[in-house]
Amino acid sequence: MSRSARARRLSRSSPSGGPGSARALADRERLRAVVLVVPLLLFIGITFLAPLGMMLLRSVHDPVVADALPETLAVLGEWDGEGLPPEAAYEALARELTRAREERTLGQVAGRVNRVESGMRSLFTRSARGLQGVTEGPWREVMVELDEAWGQPAVWNAVRATGQRFTARHYLNAVDMQRLPDGSVTRQPEERRIYLALLWRTLWVSGVITLLCLILGYPIAHLIAHSPPRRANLFLLLVLVPFWTSLLVRTTAWIVLLQTQGVLNDIMVAIGLVGDDGRLTMIYNMTGTIVAMTHVLLPFMVLPLYSVMRAIPPRYMDAAASLGATPVQAFRRVYWPQTLPGVGAGSLLVFILAIGYYITPALVGGSSGQLISNMVAYHMQTSLNWGLAGALGGIMLAGVFVLYVLYDRLVGIERLSLS
Amino acid sequence: MTSPGAAAGGGGGEAAHVAFEGVSKSYDGTNLVVKDFNLEVGKGEFVTLLGPSGSGKTTILMMLAGFQAPTSGRIRIEGESVEDLAPRSRGIGMVFQNYALFPHMTVGQNLSFPLEVRGIDGEERHERVERALKLVRLEGMENRRPGQLSGGQQQRVAIARALVFEPSLVLMDEPLGALDRSLREEMQYEIRRIHRELAVTVVYVTHDQQEAMVMSDRIAVLKDGEVEQIAPPEVLYEEPERAFVARFIGENNRLHGRVATVEGGLCEVETGRTRIRALRVVDCEPGDRVTLSIRPERVSVNPEPGVFGNQVGATVQDLAFLGDHLRVHMEACGRSDFIAKIPNIVGHGGILVGDTVRVGWTVTDCRVLDYETRTNREAEHDETT
Ligand SMILES: Nc1ncnc2c1ncn2[C@@H]1O[C@H](COP(=O)(O)OP(=O)(O)O)[C@@H](O)[C@H]1O
Ligand SMILES: [Mg+2]
Repeated sequence: MSRSARARRLSRSSPSGGPGSARALADRERLRAVVLVVPLLLFIGITFLAPLGMMLLRSVHDPVVADALPETLAVLGEWDGEGLPPEAAYEALARELTRAREERTLGQVAGRVNRVESGMRSLFTRSARGLQGVTEGPWREVMVELDEAWGQPAVWNAVRATGQRFTARHYLNAVDMQRLPDGSVTRQPEERRIYLALLWRTLWVSGVITLLCLILGYPIAHLIAHSPPRRANLFLLLVLVPFWTSLLVRTTAWIVLLQTQGVLNDIMVAIGLVGDDGRLTMIYNMTGTIVAMTHVLLPFMVLPLYSVMRAIPPRYMDAAASLGATPVQAFRRVYWPQTLPGVGAGSLLVFILAIGYYITPALVGGSSGQLISNMVAYHMQTSLNWGLAGALGGIMLAGVFVLYVLYDRLVGIERLSLS
Repeated sequence: MTSPGAAAGGGGGEAAHVAFEGVSKSYDGTNLVVKDFNLEVGKGEFVTLLGPSGSGKTTILMMLAGFQAPTSGRIRIEGESVEDLAPRSRGIGMVFQNYALFPHMTVGQNLSFPLEVRGIDGEERHERVERALKLVRLEGMENRRPGQLSGGQQQRVAIARALVFEPSLVLMDEPLGALDRSLREEMQYEIRRIHRELAVTVVYVTHDQQEAMVMSDRIAVLKDGEVEQIAPPEVLYEEPERAFVARFIGENNRLHGRVATVEGGLCEVETGRTRIRALRVVDCEPGDRVTLSIRPERVSVNPEPGVFGNQVGATVQDLAFLGDHLRVHMEACGRSDFIAKIPNIVGHGGILVGDTVRVGWTVTDCRVLDYETRTNREAEHDETT
């Protein structure tokens, strides 16, 4: 047998079978690799994916009312929504209210219904208290006696609406819409529209911040990318300092600088730019939010730009000049197009981070400088409307995802260059 | 060599296309990387700056293109001093060392660019791009991107781009450095053909002496920022005036020795135990140390007695048959790297390794040059590439 024929046969026999074969070896190696990343996967699963999934689930799934008032809801299911529900509904509700009061879930149930129809919390608690000791019907009269609200179909519609386990209510809410008792979807009344405006404001502010970061970051990145190594390192260090400074220190510095009695205002008064009573309000409003967030997010723009620019040999600009281009033409036609992947990456990064930014607006934004994530935090911590918080978060997540896909289509995600 | 511009080379009656007048350059304020450079390039001439890496070739080209300013001296184009002229206003086509094709543009867009910035568009632009592509034999490649081309094709695009706006002066900085041997030779003749067809003036930079010999009307040999000699290729080869030139251009036998006697244009040099009569190229006095240079193909082995003015004994150490010639390695005049090339037509008379032979050469084939040892490792390395 020739040597090459033997080699061929050997190589053919090795991939299959046998505990000592190459395939078994490769399998074992793969298994070991998997085992090694299991802790990381678990960590990500428990600390990231699970909470995310739960929040998203909560935004569409709300079983509190359904669990507490099963019989009432069963009867209401038959009801046509017009006029008053049948006596059976009153009877079931009376029984289940009493039980909820005993099991101490009444507050939760009342709170849920109250989000759909205000005033329901007190109606529920008052009625449950009033039903104490009442054992005989007719239940409709008893309940209408307790509170004449029970004689209004709107109240019953609210109960029926909150009784659905899966609901689009939170998402509708998050875009200032509501479902009417007849099932149609309309906009919220004028005075209750909050979130859409806030969403637009968040997008708009994030856009402004992204643009500011680009305008400020592009020349700096260019300077760093085309400086001799020592100076480049120094500049890079300066850009990165905000990264390494404590958030609170940074924010405090902004307060010191920007507040009405702050450094900037003092200087402007001192050089006569503004009068002492005309001091500008640059913090605890949208200006504060924009200034501070631009500062915080600037490195995320500079780094991708820098890494892209560093890969562009200065020879290209020389070549453009030798071909007769003015500096402006050379920049516009030769340099700028080559930095687009960096511009895209930096802008995407800054925009996404800005949309979800919470702490800086919370600290320096005042009431007019709040963004959507501050509203999410409010619903998480104060109003405890986690369903709505989840819906707002879900919308932001979807928005970021859309941006990502858009970028992929336009530029190609593999060209995303994050230094 | 044969182009019509060759005669105009070196100035003469009409104004030179390009003139360097005592140009020096220092990047750091102390070390001069170009020292008192003087060169006139005639219209339509092909002049090559040849020298090892670091000898200042690129710097000279960059000063001409306008990307570097001379520390002192003056550069003229068409007689006009160009110190206040920006690179884009000099109207020079430039082929960069690594082509510098714009990677985000197609070949067509790369070629259109210089026309676009000059406000040439529409049909004329299209025509000129077509013509340039035809010139470098890349018809139909407009829509490729540089990344999709081979090295040789990129090279052609770079040349086309430097020519498409019809400059009268084209600079090329080691344009073939990145290509492999056979492609490089092909491109050398291509560039020569283009030069002939367009009758443009070319200033070319290379560290490859063979490339310089093939293409140039005249070659300026540079070493450490200084001109060693400026001359047409055959003159550089036949009549080197510096030891560095003799060793950088082609092959030579180098002998070191001291001048014994001087008589007019000739002198006698003592090397080892023998005296050699040679052409006195450099000024020298008896007692000076000098380098003797003899081309290997001018050395005869076992010649008829009395034919040559110089004859010495030698021991054959190695023989190599190279087809067109036999290469004889010998020990002679105290050196073990003495070489003779015997052309295939002569016949070598049955020389064997270990033989003791006589070698001879005429007095005028042996040139007395400045004393130079190969201390410069880098130069030595460059010579072999
Ligand atoms: N931009 C620069 N700054 C400082 N020194 C340089 C620069 N360009 C070249 N040099 C130095 O000048 C000398 C000549 O370089 P160069 O002109 O590139 O030579 P060549 O092209 O012959 O290889 C070298 O020693 C090199 O290190
Ligand atoms: Mg060079």
